[in-house]
This record gives sequence, structure tokens and C-alpha cells, in this order.
Amino acid sequence: MANSWVTTVDHKRLGMMYIAYALVFLVIGGIEATIMRIQLIAPHQTFVSPQVFNRLFTMHGTTMIFFVAMPLLFGFANYLIPLMIGARDTAFPRLNALSFWLTAFGGLLLYFSVLGASGLYGAGNAPDVGWFAYAPLTSTTFSRGHSTDFWTLSLLVSGVGSIGTAINLIATIVCLRCQGMTLGKMPLFAWLILVMAGMVLLAVSPLTAAQIMLLVDRYLGGHFFDTQAGGSATIWMHFFWIFGHPEVYVLVLPAFGFASEIIPVFSRKAIFGYPVMVGATVCIGFIGMSVWAHHMFTVGMTSHANMFFVLSTMAIAVPTGIKSFNWLATMWGGTIAFTTPMLFCVAFLFQFLVAGLTGVMLSAAPLDWQLGNSYFVVAHFHYVIVGGILFTTFGAFYFWFPKATGRMYSEALGRLHFWLFVIGFHLTFDFMHLPGLLGMPRRIYTYEADRGWATWNLIVTIGVVFQAVSILVFLFNLVRSYRSGALAGSDPWDAWTLEWSTASPPPAYNFAVLPSVKSRRPLWDLKHPEDPDWRYE
Amino acid sequence: MTKGRVAMYCLIAAEAAMFTIFVVAYLFYAGKSVGGPTSQVLHTPIFFSICLLSSSLTIHRAVQSWKRGRMRSFAGWWLVTIGLGAAFLAGTALEWRDLIYAKGLTIQTNLFGTTYYALVGLHAVHVTAGLVALAVVSALACLGYVHTEHADRGEVLSLYWHFVDAVWVVVFTVVYVIGR
Repeated sequence: MANSWVTTVDHKRLGMMYIAYALVFLVIGGIEATIMRIQLIAPHQTFVSPQVFNRLFTMHGTTMIFFVAMPLLFGFANYLIPLMIGARDTAFPRLNALSFWLTAFGGLLLYFSVLGASGLYGAGNAPDVGWFAYAPLTSTTFSRGHSTDFWTLSLLVSGVGSIGTAINLIATIVCLRCQGMTLGKMPLFAWLILVMAGMVLLAVSPLTAAQIMLLVDRYLGGHFFDTQAGGSATIWMHFFWIFGHPEVYVLVLPAFGFASEIIPVFSRKAIFGYPVMVGATVCIGFIGMSVWAHHMFTVGMTSHANMFFVLSTMAIAVPTGIKSFNWLATMWGGTIAFTTPMLFCVAFLFQFLVAGLTGVMLSAAPLDWQLGNSYFVVAHFHYVIVGGILFTTFGAFYFWFPKATGRMYSEALGRLHFWLFVIGFHLTFDFMHLPGLLGMPRRIYTYEADRGWATWNLIVTIGVVFQAVSILVFLFNLVRSYRSGALAGSDPWDAWTLEWSTASPPPAYNFAVLPSVKSRRPLWDLKHPEDPDWRYE
Repeated sequence: MTKGRVAMYCLIAAEAAMFTIFVVAYLFYAGKSVGGPTSQVLHTPIFFSICLLSSSLTIHRAVQSWKRGRMRSFAGWWLVTIGLGAAFLAGTALEWRDLIYAKGLTIQTNLFGTTYYALVGLHAVHVTAGLVALAVVSALACLGYVHTEHADRGEVLSLYWHFVDAVWVVVFTVVYVIGR
């Protein structure tokens, strides 16, 4: 039994393994965040040492981006894409398994540093250079021992896995759609994954290239980022953010995909403005590749470069805004059912708006000179990643849980999870903006009492308690419902995309007979032969 | 389009992004070395470049023969392709030996050494990977596993080989023309 999970090439099993793996790391990354918040709860705490604090924020950031967010979204994409497009598996099932195991070993490699990196050198263990590992901190002079190498290699390995998955997803979506499913009739989720996978190809490879350069510097004595030999520390920043900012869109596009599937079902309406949604997605894909240096306004670029990145960053708010309006228009006049997945999506709409607005604030270079590297920035990107991406991902968990397990989750526990998490999220991340505005820099392990940051930091830490409890409720709900939830049936939500046409959980071959579709909502056509969608599309 | 082709184009896009970063680093650091030999010490490898570029033609002929079931002709052109690729690698090895032992340029010497060996080395790694793949096909052919119906796969592999050649055009231009 266990053996069959190790050797499996089934996209559903691999998808679930991605998700399970991400949940384990979510708990680990969450514990790291909690320890940091305990340290910052009041001035002059000594809960952890400054050195350990550096390791904590490095591991927290790296873990959450590469070993929670990426595998979660890849897991959902893996599980859902073949089902949604009416295929029996991905285009390359063995590549799929290889990519999963590469990602998995990447995560293990990162955490093996805790044991392995101090080694004979006694120079500390886990990486402590921050998740973007700026030069020259990563040079052998300043980063002794092997902790930085573990960081580099783990991202290199999992990056190769990400590229393999992206290739597989694109080939699957392009080549394996069922009969009648033109690109214009795909579920929006498939469109968003297609664009996301394209961005992975173009954005993760530069990170891989930069990691190779860093290895050349550290192991072969090269000078890529060695300022004493005429090298540039700034070019590492460019290379990292050419990956780093598109990565935000890589993570948020699948989240948009969840919202685009969940909101219509619980509003009992077709998605508003499908072609515009696709257009906006492609726009985000293109513009998202050209905004990276807004992370570098404080470095001191030329005014032309500043101008370009200010404008491109502001421009990306337009397609994103189009999406927000389309989701609202989908809900407008609908018969809205506030189930747990829908609650998470509604909260996402509000929170992502706030995250987008602080993003536009930070895109203005003069304001960024004030707020860059402050807690305002930390609050902003947590608003994006937690308030936007994690909220829709929780919605996706509840929405597709009946499909993947065949059982319903507990709605009461789901609501408890939602409300605890909303309260915790807003206590933590709303109030995190304020010490940032008051000048609190990120990555400091303590602060003076007379700065006026103490009250806000206390509130921020209290929010973590609510979040931690809500995650426990969530995990308990998953386990309990998996064991003893009510049977869900194949289509508990009266939904319209193809994954709901097969059994729950789906058989290994997905569909006994490959489906054939005529519209974007094939199950609507099936249930309402008197008024099918294809008449209007 | 077949899934193999789509996947290969995706891989090529990802690889192109990676090479772009190395090319940018090379150009950004051109002329910024602190001491040590720089691009003046390079010899333009015209003969070996011709070897590599003509291997695109030979692999194309090989795949054409493969598709039409002329397996003898396929085997011939395939082996010529491997020979040309190996000759190119040998050329790189000779060039590097000259640079290291005669000119005293290593990857540690200066920025030029670091960026030159990294960029040309990254390309050489890709040539090597291609040669391994070509050799695997040859081995399978010797064992009698390669037939006309596999020609599509050969064509997908040839796309990779064409890409490696095209990248050399870029690397050659950057290192031996613009960077001088």
C-alpha cells in the first residue's frame, strides 16, 4: 500500500502527496513564524538569540514560498487539471512523479541543513541569509560553513521539479483536452494554470541560473557577486527578483483560478466576462514579467528605470482590477450560498483589494523610499499571500474535499476555521502595517520601548494565536471528515465542470468514457437539456 | 502538435531564459575585470563552430531518413552528428587547455574568467547532454529497438539539438564578436 504511493504516477495521488507535503511544511513554517512573533511580542525579549532569529525568518520565507505555496498550488493543479479538461492523466505521468519527488527532496535538503550544515565547521546550521539571500552576505567570507549551500541546492533541486511540472501542465492543457473543449471553452482554472505554468518556465529558470552562479562563486572561486573583484551585488538582486516578482503571480494566478471556479457555483451564475478574464490573465502574465525592480527602488536606480518600474507596477493593477470587478459582477444578482468555500472567497475579494491598494502605494518610488524594507512591506506581502492566496486555497480545500475523498467536511468546523482565521489574519496583518508606517524595519530581532511599536506588535502576536488555533481546527476537520464525514456523492455542489461528472473519489482512470463538451459548463448542459449554455456562447 | 513537441518547446523556453541570464551577466561584466587576461586572449573557434552548426543539418537529414524508414542512411547521419558534436566539445577542451595553461586564465582569475567559463561551460554541458541523448538512441538502434514509428521522438530530440546549435550562435556572437 505504502509502496504504491511511492511508485505511483497517478496525477490524483501525486496531487494529494503535493498537498499533504505542503501541509506538513505549512505547520513547520507556521511554528517558525510563531516563534518570531513571541520574540517580538514586547521590547527586549530574549526568547531566541539574534542568530536564531535570522535563521527563523530565512527558513520561514523559503519554506512558505517554495515548500508550501508552490507544492499546494501544483498539487491542486495536478489533481484538477486532467479532471477538468476530461483527460485520464497528465501528458507525462512519469515526469510528474519525478517532479514531485524532486520538490519533496528539495524541502528535505533545506531542513537537513539543521543537522548537516554545521558539520565539521561549527559555523551554525540552518541558512540565515534571508529568503532572497542578497550578496555579499552569501559569499564564503560572510557565510561560513554550508548553510547557504543547503539553501542554494534545495532551491535548485525543487526549481528543476517546478520546471518539470510546468512543462507537464502546459503539454496536458494544450494536447489532452477532451473532444469539443476548445481553448475558449476551458474552465478558467485551466487558463490560469496555463499562464502560471508559462510564467514558471520563464521565471524559475533565471533563479536556477543565479543559483548556479552562486555555486560557482562559493565552490569554484568565481566572482559573479564579488564586489572586490569588480562584481556587482546589485545584479544578484536583479536576477533574484526577475524570478521573485513573477513568482508572486505564479502563486496568485491559481488562487484566482480557485475563486473563478468557486464564486460562480455558489452564486448560481456563469462567470461574468469569461473572455475578459482570460485576457486579463494573459495581461498579468506579460506585465508580471516586467515589474521586478520595484523591489529595488531603495537601491538607487536611474530615474528612467524607476519611472519604468513605477508605471509597469501600477499598470498591473488594471487587469487585476478587471478580475475583481468580474467576480463581483458574477455575484451580483446571484443566489449566493455562503458555504465555507464561498466565505473564504468573499474574504479574499476584500483582502486582495486591500493588498492591491497597498501594492499601488508601494509602487510609487518616493513612498517606497520611505517604506521599503519596513514592516509595512511585510504586512503588504502577507496580505497578498495569506489574505489572497491562502484564503482561496482554503476555499479550494473545502470545495474539492468531497471530490477527492468522497466525503463531506463538517460545515460547522469549516465556519469556525473561517472566522478564527479571519479574526487572526486581520489582527496580525492589519496591525502590522502600523509599526511599518512608524518606521519599524523588517528582520530586526528586537526593538526599543520608546519607539511606540510595542502595542502594535502585541496585537500582531495575539492574532497569531487565533491563526494557529484555526489551522488546528482545519487539520482536525480534514482528518475527521476523511474518516467519518457524510458521503458526498459525485456532485454535492450542483457544479458544472467535468470533475463533478465522475465518481468521488474519481477512479484511477478518471472517466470510463472520455467526455465530449459543447460549452464552458458541460454539466449544466447535461442537467438542463432544454436550455443548454452552448446556445449562448 | 504532439505532446512531446509542446514539452520540448517549453523546455527550450525555460533553457533560453536561463541562458539569457548568463549572457546578461557576461555582457554586464565585459571590460570590468580587475587585472588578469581578458577577451584579447581568445581565439575564435571558427572550425569547431562550423562543425557544430553543420550538425544541425546532419541531424535533420538523419530524422528525414528515419521518417522514410531508410534506417541505414539514418544511422549514418546520426553518427556523423555525434561525431560533429564530439569534435566541437574537443575544440572547447583544446581552447580551455590553451587558456588555462598558456594564458593563465581560470574561472578564479577575474570576472572575465568567471563569466566566460560559466557561459561557454553551460553551453558545453548542454552539448554533452545532447550527445548522451544521441548516444542512447544509437545504442537502442544497435539493439534493434528503433523503427520508423519512433521517428517523431527523434524529431523532438532533434529540436533540442537545433536549440543547442542556435544558442551557440548567440554565445559565439556575444563572446567572440561583441565582447572583444
